[in-house]
Amino acid sequence: MKSAVLVFPGINRERDMARALKLASGHEAKMVWHAETSLPNGTDLVVVPGGFSYGDYLRCGAIAARSPVMDAVRDFAAKGGLVLGVCNGFQILCESGLLPGVLMRNARLKFICRDVHLRVERSDTPFTRGYNAGQVIRVPVAHGEGNYEADEDTLKRLEGEGRVLYRYCSADGLVDENTNLNGAAHSIAGIVSERGNVLGMMPHPENHVEDIMGCTDGRGLFAGLVAHLERAA
Amino acid sequence: MKARVTVTLKSGILDPQGKAIEGALKSLGVDGVASVRQGKVFDIELVGADKSRAEAVLKEAADKLLANTVIENYRVDVLG
Repeated sequence: MKSAVLVFPGINRERDMARALKLASGHEAKMVWHAETSLPNGTDLVVVPGGFSYGDYLRCGAIAARSPVMDAVRDFAAKGGLVLGVCNGFQILCESGLLPGVLMRNARLKFICRDVHLRVERSDTPFTRGYNAGQVIRVPVAHGEGNYEADEDTLKRLEGEGRVLYRYCSADGLVDENTNLNGAAHSIAGIVSERGNVLGMMPHPENHVEDIMGCTDGRGLFAGLVAHLERAA
Repeated sequence: MKARVTVTLKSGILDPQGKAIEGALKSLGVDGVASVRQGKVFDIELVGADKSRAEAVLKEAADKLLANTVIENYRVDVLG
């Protein structure tokens, strides 16, 4: 799996992401500066990492979403290429129009930095095939604006088409008001595009991939992507 | 030429910041506040003096960047 990790001014999770990608695939990820107008040849996966691109000025992800490299990412996605956006990356993908909806301020206005549980809603996608449907994984979140909102029609379509892949839940998989840490509509933690090749999620699977991190539940996402690409090759 | 673009949240969109400000006003004893919605104001200086051209430029700026039209409305005022 050849990955390209986008780098914007203010992004700070790109090296964690590159490390997780290397661990899963054996390939060194290419770092791609935001001013580039093309992606490296042979890219299998584009990752928009977390951080605070442009200091969250204007709206989270708004300025990064309009940078030159995002035109290349849009072309890549239009051809079916896999795109993963985590945290600020999810916000950037929403702002760029690659995913519907928007990430609003957390309902209780607090920056939330802790481990959360996610329910994997289905396993038959490139982004979840490393897990079982209904499996609960533990990964960290670190965001102030992760409250996913979209209009009723969009939410209905996301649910109807099975495009909600990850949902906030309790340790035993219960999804309710108490486990919805940021107030997101339908407890949404991660969604895919209509074609299923672009995933945006608020939590950080790349930060739970090695024993020293205290948990390796995030590995499945990357292992699943590698397995998907190997099968497609 | 000076202009102002005002960006506001669409009605029906939850505004936790506005709610917090509303609560703070109430706790300060500022009476008569029914609700608060927070928005943004952009004061922009434009090159040239053609008003209709200015409006078109500001609309483009708002649509492309200043507002996220999924959740926000905007108003353009050319102040002259």
